[in-house]
Amino acid sequence: MDAVFRALADDSRRQLLDRLRDKNGQTLGELCEGLDMSRQAVTKHLGILEAANLVATQRRGREKLHFLNPVPIFDIADRWIGKFERGRLRALSDLKKSLEAD
Amino acid sequence: MTGSSFVYVTYIRAPRQKVWDALTRPEFQKIYWFGGHQESDWKTGSSWKMFMPQHGLTDSGEILESDPPNRVVIKWRNEFRPKLKEEGYSRCVMELATEGDLTRLTISHTIEKENAQFIEAVSGGWPRILSSLKSLLETGAAHGDTRTTAQQAHDGT
Repeated sequence: MDAVFRALADDSRRQLLDRLRDKNGQTLGELCEGLDMSRQAVTKHLGILEAANLVATQRRGREKLHFLNPVPIFDIADRWIGKFERGRLRALSDLKKSLEAD
Repeated sequence: MTGSSFVYVTYIRAPRQKVWDALTRPEFQKIYWFGGHQESDWKTGSSWKMFMPQHGLTDSGEILESDPPNRVVIKWRNEFRPKLKEEGYSRCVMELATEGDLTRLTISHTIEKENAQFIEAVSGGWPRILSSLKSLLETGAAHGDTRTTAQQAHDGT
Protein backbone atom coordinates (compact mmCIF):
# COMPACT_ATOMS: atom_id res chain seq x y z
CA MET A 1 0.00 0.00 0.00
CA ASP A 2 2.89 2.39 0.73
CA ALA A 3 4.10 2.08 -2.86
CA VAL A 4 0.70 3.21 -4.12
CA PHE A 5 0.63 6.29 -1.89
CA ARG A 6 4.19 7.17 -2.77
CA ALA A 7 3.44 6.78 -6.48
CA LEU A 8 0.40 9.04 -6.16
CA ALA A 9 2.23 11.67 -4.10
CA ASP A 10 3.59 13.34 -7.24
CA ASP A 11 1.70 15.73 -9.51
CA SER A 12 3.43 14.59 -12.70
CA ARG A 13 2.46 11.00 -12.02
CA ARG A 14 -1.11 11.98 -11.27
CA GLN A 15 -1.15 13.84 -14.59
CA LEU A 16 -0.06 10.69 -16.39
CA LEU A 17 -2.84 8.73 -14.71
CA ASP A 18 -5.31 11.47 -15.76
CA ARG A 19 -4.19 11.08 -19.35
CA LEU A 20 -4.68 7.33 -19.26
CA ARG A 21 -8.06 7.79 -17.68
CA ASP A 22 -9.03 10.03 -20.57
CA LYS A 23 -7.48 7.76 -23.16
CA ASN A 24 -6.39 4.31 -22.08
CA GLY A 25 -3.86 2.13 -23.85
CA GLN A 26 -1.31 4.77 -24.94
CA THR A 27 2.26 4.21 -26.03
CA LEU A 28 5.17 6.05 -24.38
CA GLY A 29 5.31 8.35 -27.42
CA GLU A 30 1.63 9.22 -27.17
CA LEU A 31 1.92 9.93 -23.45
CA CYS A 32 4.88 12.28 -24.02
CA GLU A 33 3.00 14.36 -26.61
CA GLY A 34 2.15 17.84 -25.42
CA LEU A 35 3.53 17.21 -21.95
CA ASP A 36 6.07 19.51 -20.38
CA MET A 37 8.15 16.51 -19.34
CA SER A 38 11.13 14.91 -21.00
CA ARG A 39 10.75 11.41 -22.39
CA GLN A 40 13.19 10.29 -19.71
CA ALA A 41 11.08 11.80 -16.96
CA VAL A 42 7.92 10.17 -18.32
CA THR A 43 9.72 6.82 -18.49
CA LYS A 44 10.87 7.20 -14.91
CA HIS A 45 7.38 8.10 -13.68
CA LEU A 46 5.75 5.26 -15.61
CA GLY A 47 8.24 2.89 -13.98
CA ILE A 48 7.19 4.04 -10.52
CA LEU A 49 3.50 3.76 -11.45
CA GLU A 50 4.03 0.28 -12.87
CA ALA A 51 5.91 -0.87 -9.76
CA ALA A 52 2.95 0.32 -7.67
CA ASN A 53 0.61 -1.62 -9.97
CA LEU A 54 -1.20 1.57 -10.98
CA VAL A 55 -0.22 1.13 -14.61
CA ALA A 56 -0.28 -2.18 -16.48
CA THR A 57 1.45 -2.67 -19.80
CA GLN A 58 0.73 -4.92 -22.74
CA ARG A 59 2.52 -5.55 -25.97
CA ARG A 60 0.32 -5.25 -29.02
CA GLY A 61 2.43 -6.03 -32.05
CA ARG A 62 5.54 -3.87 -31.86
CA GLU A 63 3.94 -1.39 -29.48
CA LYS A 64 3.94 -1.36 -25.70
CA LEU A 65 0.65 0.05 -24.45
CA HIS A 66 0.07 1.50 -20.99
CA PHE A 67 -3.21 1.02 -19.14
CA LEU A 68 -4.52 2.65 -16.01
CA ASN A 69 -5.04 -0.05 -13.40
CA PRO A 70 -7.50 1.33 -10.85
CA VAL A 71 -7.62 -1.84 -8.75
CA PRO A 72 -5.16 -0.72 -6.02
CA ILE A 73 -7.02 2.59 -5.65
CA PHE A 74 -10.30 0.73 -5.51
CA ASP A 75 -8.90 -1.53 -2.77
CA ILE A 76 -7.87 1.48 -0.71
CA ALA A 77 -11.25 3.16 -1.10
CA ASP A 78 -13.01 -0.10 -0.41
CA ARG A 79 -11.20 -0.59 2.85
CA TRP A 80 -12.66 2.52 4.42
CA ILE A 81 -15.91 3.01 2.58
CA GLY A 82 -18.76 1.04 4.10
CA LYS A 83 -21.20 -0.92 1.98
CA PHE A 84 -23.97 1.62 2.22
CA GLU A 85 -21.91 4.78 2.06
CA ARG A 86 -21.29 4.67 -1.64
CA GLY A 87 -24.62 6.20 -2.61
CA ARG A 88 -24.20 9.13 -0.22
CA LEU A 89 -20.62 9.70 -1.27
CA ARG A 90 -21.57 9.67 -4.94
CA ALA A 91 -24.35 12.20 -4.30
CA LEU A 92 -21.94 14.46 -2.42
CA SER A 93 -19.33 14.15 -5.15
CA ASP A 94 -21.89 14.97 -7.86
CA LEU A 95 -23.05 18.02 -5.91
CA LYS A 96 -19.48 19.25 -5.49
CA LYS A 97 -18.79 18.81 -9.20
CA SER A 98 -21.90 20.67 -10.25
CA LEU A 99 -21.18 23.55 -7.86
CA GLU A 100 -17.57 23.84 -8.94
CA ALA A 101 -18.47 23.78 -12.61
CA ASP A 102 -20.43 27.08 -12.42
CA MET B 1 -4.81 1.76 -29.96
CA THR B 2 -8.12 1.22 -31.68
CA GLY B 3 -11.14 -0.25 -30.03
CA SER B 4 -11.88 -0.18 -26.32
CA SER B 5 -9.89 -1.97 -23.72
CA PHE B 6 -9.04 -2.17 -20.10
CA VAL B 7 -6.37 -4.07 -18.22
CA TYR B 8 -6.76 -4.75 -14.51
CA VAL B 9 -4.11 -6.38 -12.36
CA THR B 10 -4.44 -7.66 -8.82
CA TYR B 11 -2.09 -9.63 -6.59
CA ILE B 12 -3.61 -12.39 -4.47
CA ARG B 13 -1.88 -14.20 -1.66
CA ALA B 14 -3.01 -17.68 -2.73
CA PRO B 15 -1.62 -20.38 -5.03
CA ARG B 16 -2.34 -20.16 -8.72
CA GLN B 17 -4.49 -23.30 -8.75
CA LYS B 18 -6.73 -21.89 -6.04
CA VAL B 19 -7.19 -18.66 -7.96
CA TRP B 20 -7.98 -20.65 -11.10
CA ASP B 21 -10.53 -22.74 -9.21
CA ALA B 22 -12.19 -19.65 -7.76
CA LEU B 23 -12.38 -18.10 -11.24
CA THR B 24 -13.90 -21.16 -12.90
CA ARG B 25 -16.12 -22.90 -10.32
CA PRO B 26 -19.74 -21.80 -9.81
CA GLU B 27 -19.74 -22.40 -6.06
CA PHE B 28 -16.98 -19.79 -5.68
CA GLN B 29 -18.19 -17.43 -8.37
CA LYS B 30 -21.54 -17.03 -6.61
CA ILE B 31 -19.80 -15.58 -3.60
CA TYR B 32 -17.70 -12.90 -5.26
CA TRP B 33 -19.41 -12.42 -8.62
CA PHE B 34 -22.54 -10.66 -7.37
CA GLY B 35 -24.30 -13.99 -6.85
CA GLY B 36 -23.88 -14.95 -10.50
CA HIS B 37 -22.14 -17.97 -11.94
CA GLN B 38 -20.72 -19.22 -15.21
CA GLU B 39 -21.29 -22.50 -17.01
CA SER B 40 -18.52 -23.95 -19.05
CA ASP B 41 -16.17 -26.88 -19.00
CA TRP B 42 -13.38 -24.36 -19.75
CA LYS B 43 -11.95 -26.34 -22.65
CA THR B 44 -10.93 -24.67 -25.89
CA GLY B 45 -13.93 -24.44 -28.20
CA SER B 46 -16.49 -25.05 -25.45
CA SER B 47 -19.42 -22.76 -24.88
CA TRP B 48 -19.40 -20.27 -22.02
CA LYS B 49 -22.43 -18.71 -20.36
CA MET B 50 -23.00 -16.38 -17.44
CA PHE B 51 -26.14 -16.33 -15.28
CA MET B 52 -27.25 -13.75 -12.73
CA PRO B 53 -29.84 -14.46 -10.02
CA GLN B 54 -32.51 -11.93 -11.09
CA HIS B 55 -31.98 -12.18 -14.81
CA GLY B 56 -31.03 -15.70 -15.84
CA LEU B 57 -28.69 -15.77 -18.83
CA THR B 58 -26.87 -12.45 -19.11
CA ASP B 59 -23.75 -13.14 -21.19
CA SER B 60 -22.57 -15.87 -23.51
CA GLY B 61 -19.71 -16.87 -25.74
CA GLU B 62 -17.00 -19.40 -26.18
CA ILE B 63 -13.66 -20.42 -24.70
CA LEU B 64 -11.09 -19.42 -27.33
CA GLU B 65 -8.00 -20.62 -25.48
CA SER B 66 -7.57 -22.57 -22.30
CA ASP B 67 -4.38 -23.38 -20.42
CA PRO B 68 -5.27 -24.18 -16.81
CA PRO B 69 -4.23 -22.82 -14.38
CA ASN B 70 -2.38 -20.14 -16.37
CA ARG B 71 -4.54 -18.51 -18.97
CA VAL B 72 -8.00 -18.53 -20.47
CA VAL B 73 -9.43 -16.44 -23.29
CA ILE B 74 -13.19 -15.99 -23.49
CA LYS B 75 -15.21 -14.69 -26.40
CA TRP B 76 -17.88 -12.78 -24.49
CA ARG B 77 -21.04 -10.95 -25.46
CA ASN B 78 -23.77 -9.48 -23.32
CA GLU B 79 -27.16 -11.03 -24.07
CA PHE B 80 -29.24 -9.04 -21.66
CA ARG B 81 -29.04 -5.39 -22.70
CA PRO B 82 -29.80 -4.80 -26.40
CA LYS B 83 -27.37 -1.86 -26.76
CA LEU B 84 -24.56 -3.93 -25.31
CA LYS B 85 -25.47 -7.03 -27.28
CA GLU B 86 -25.31 -4.97 -30.50
CA GLU B 87 -21.68 -4.13 -29.85
CA GLY B 88 -20.85 -7.76 -30.47
CA TYR B 89 -18.29 -10.08 -29.02
CA SER B 90 -15.48 -8.96 -26.78
CA ARG B 91 -12.34 -10.80 -25.89
CA CYS B 92 -11.56 -11.37 -22.23
CA VAL B 93 -8.13 -12.69 -21.29
CA MET B 94 -7.46 -13.92 -17.75
CA GLU B 95 -3.82 -14.58 -16.98
CA LEU B 96 -2.34 -16.01 -13.81
CA ALA B 97 1.33 -15.81 -12.91
CA THR B 98 3.24 -16.60 -9.76
CA GLU B 99 5.39 -13.93 -8.10
CA GLY B 100 6.85 -15.28 -4.89
CA ASP B 101 3.94 -16.29 -2.69
CA LEU B 102 1.54 -14.18 -4.70
CA THR B 103 -0.54 -14.92 -7.74
CA ARG B 104 -0.71 -12.02 -10.18
CA LEU B 105 -4.08 -12.04 -11.91
CA THR B 106 -4.40 -9.90 -15.03
CA ILE B 107 -7.78 -9.35 -16.66
CA SER B 108 -7.85 -7.68 -20.04
CA HIS B 109 -11.10 -7.07 -21.83
CA THR B 110 -11.15 -5.73 -25.39
CA ILE B 111 -13.77 -4.98 -27.99
CA GLU B 112 -13.34 -3.60 -31.50
CA LYS B 113 -15.77 -0.73 -31.17
CA GLU B 114 -14.33 2.58 -29.94
CA ASN B 115 -15.82 3.97 -26.69
CA ALA B 116 -17.88 0.83 -26.34
CA GLN B 117 -20.60 0.91 -23.72
CA PHE B 118 -19.93 -2.76 -23.11
CA ILE B 119 -16.42 -2.02 -21.89
CA GLU B 120 -17.68 0.80 -19.71
CA ALA B 121 -20.33 -1.46 -18.20
CA VAL B 122 -17.99 -4.37 -17.59
CA SER B 123 -15.17 -2.22 -16.24
CA GLY B 124 -17.52 -1.03 -13.53
CA GLY B 125 -18.04 -4.52 -12.19
CA TRP B 126 -14.53 -5.93 -12.36
CA PRO B 127 -12.81 -3.92 -9.58
CA ARG B 128 -15.47 -5.03 -7.10
CA ILE B 129 -15.25 -8.62 -8.35
CA LEU B 130 -11.46 -8.68 -8.10
CA SER B 131 -11.50 -7.13 -4.66
CA SER B 132 -14.04 -9.62 -3.42
CA LEU B 133 -12.22 -12.55 -5.05
CA LYS B 134 -8.98 -11.44 -3.40
CA SER B 135 -10.60 -11.18 -0.02
CA LEU B 136 -12.30 -14.57 -0.41
CA LEU B 137 -9.01 -16.29 -1.23
CA GLU B 138 -6.92 -14.47 1.35
CA THR B 139 -9.28 -14.50 4.30
CA GLY B 140 -11.83 -17.16 3.45
CA ALA B 141 -14.61 -14.58 3.45
CA ALA B 142 -15.70 -12.32 0.61
CA HIS B 143 -15.50 -8.89 2.19
CA GLY B 144 -18.77 -7.30 1.32
CA ASP B 145 -20.14 -10.60 0.03
CA THR B 146 -21.35 -9.37 -3.32
CA ARG B 147 -24.45 -11.49 -3.58
CA THR B 148 -26.62 -8.73 -2.20
CA THR B 149 -25.35 -6.13 -4.66
CA ALA B 150 -26.16 -8.30 -7.67
CA GLN B 151 -29.04 -6.11 -8.76
CA GLN B 152 -27.05 -2.88 -8.65
CA ALA B 153 -24.12 -4.31 -10.51
CA HIS B 154 -26.07 -5.46 -13.49
CA ASP B 155 -28.10 -2.28 -13.58
CA GLY B 156 -24.84 -0.43 -13.86
CA THR B 157 -25.36 1.70 -10.72
